[in-house]
Amino acid sequence: MKRWSDIIFKYFGLACTFIGLFLLSVFIYKIISIGIERIDWNFLTNYPSRRPERAGILSAIMGSVWIIVLTAIISVPIGISAGLYLEEYGKGKTWYNKLIELNITNLAGVPSIIYGLLGLEIFNRSLSLGGSLLSGASTLALLILPIIIVSTREAVRAVPNSIREASFALGASKWQTVWRAVIPSSLSGILTGVILAISRAVGEAAPLIVVGALAYVPFVPNGPMSDFTVLPIQIFNWTSRPQHGFLVNASAAIIVLLAITLFLNLIVIIMRIRREKLTKK
Amino acid sequence: MKFKKEKLIEILLFLCAMLSVFTTLGIVYTLIFESINFFAEVSIIDFLTDTQWTPLFTDKHYGILPLLSGTFLTSFIAIGVALPIGLSIAVYLNEYASNRFRTIIKPLLEILAAIPTVVYGFFALTVVTPFLQNFIPNLASFNALSPGIVMGIMIIPMISSLSDDAIASVPGSLREASLGLGATRFQTAFKVMIPSALSGIVVSVILAISRAIGETMIVAIAAGQQPNLTLDPTVPISTITTYIVQISLGDVPHNSPEYRTLFAAGLTLFIFTFILNNISFYIKNKFTLKYN
Repeated sequence: MKRWSDIIFKYFGLACTFIGLFLLSVFIYKIISIGIERIDWNFLTNYPSRRPERAGILSAIMGSVWIIVLTAIISVPIGISAGLYLEEYGKGKTWYNKLIELNITNLAGVPSIIYGLLGLEIFNRSLSLGGSLLSGASTLALLILPIIIVSTREAVRAVPNSIREASFALGASKWQTVWRAVIPSSLSGILTGVILAISRAVGEAAPLIVVGALAYVPFVPNGPMSDFTVLPIQIFNWTSRPQHGFLVNASAAIIVLLAITLFLNLIVIIMRIRREKLTKK
Repeated sequence: MKFKKEKLIEILLFLCAMLSVFTTLGIVYTLIFESINFFAEVSIIDFLTDTQWTPLFTDKHYGILPLLSGTFLTSFIAIGVALPIGLSIAVYLNEYASNRFRTIIKPLLEILAAIPTVVYGFFALTVVTPFLQNFIPNLASFNALSPGIVMGIMIIPMISSLSDDAIASVPGSLREASLGLGATRFQTAFKVMIPSALSGIVVSVILAISRAIGETMIVAIAAGQQPNLTLDPTVPISTITTYIVQISLGDVPHNSPEYRTLFAAGLTLFIFTFILNNISFYIKNKFTLKYN
């Protein structure tokens, strides 16, 4: 009698563990079966069009590449610096350090669309950047900063103190120690966080729509002040049209987007497993 | 000289960290500043009690209730899916699975949270809704049920991972004592481990709710973008986030009433997530004190 509940729950728990992944695989299978035929050179190099069979994702892909590069340029140095400050310098629990920590935890829980409103008011309107790549990238940079800061902190915290002490004992200054001992030892952890944050930014649509990204962009951006669209917005746009041809296009674009996201996440998983093995040894 | 350089670097790093404080201030300032302008035109009582939200029609109503009901309906469905599944996963990984299985499956589950939300929206609209219509014939092609369920799948890893950590941090001696008294693993899990880890589990659920009410694209794609004061999951609805996206897709003139409704709706959303997040921090802090 007692044992039965154990046996049942064992299989129930196993089923729960796999149900999400199972549904996801069913979905990916469906998407691929609808969209794969649409993926060819023309689809990747055409601009969007009113006729689904002529439409392509060139402007969306180039927009996404621009956004990701700009977002990374803005957020990575700031995020890593902030993480280093909080772990290496901000240890004395002053009120402002506590305030910063509380803030970062809070920001991590703010919905992405609220960042969009911030970007609309500050970058788009007040700084007159309009719906440009720079507005969008600045907004996404603020959105992913908490992820980069938190993972930098975790990576830096995992560096054994003996390494810092050895560096100090050799006469290195605080910054020399951070730059030449702490950062190199925590680099893989920091990098994992950065890739994770970027994969999050690749998939974001809502904040960019609010900041003023366009749904129909028949050109490739030519600079940070250019108007733009990104892959997720292009997918959203095609999804909301009634013709079947656009649903096929949306599936094809999803295959491309998923390939990018899953690739980035695979790198993260491999790096994490490697690091866990290293720490175990 | 060297000392000066060191100090300069520290100040630079500090400013980077301070950017987070400025971001929060920016968010609060933006939302409140534009909302004050909004409430100069629309009375706050209408905003909270009117049962219609029609800022784009000629007969304008600014009642937030229909957007709130949509937001909570989809979130409620999402939690209804994610909580039982996520908690079962956490219990299974802690009490039944091998350590090896656990280290492999945890990062795989995180993939569910990494899929872009537009992709989930497409999934809800083109796969889940038609599938559900086989069983619920009067289900509209845009509804709250299907995006709610899909959102639930998305937040499974959030609940499973945080609850798993909570159960794992319960001292092993409690488990051993329970098993030693002759309890089965099932009884140990549900009568000893879950009650001991309850605060951590509650934190995971609160954060999941906060995530669900802020979720945008799944609902924008699959729920119909129609503000509807209803708790019926089979009809089209709109949520706060959906409304913001819908308005942003049009060309909103600066300083127009439509522009300001974005921020009034945004402020409402921000207040809810802010309160939920801070309740979870509060519980979390009490919890960590308990076992140390």
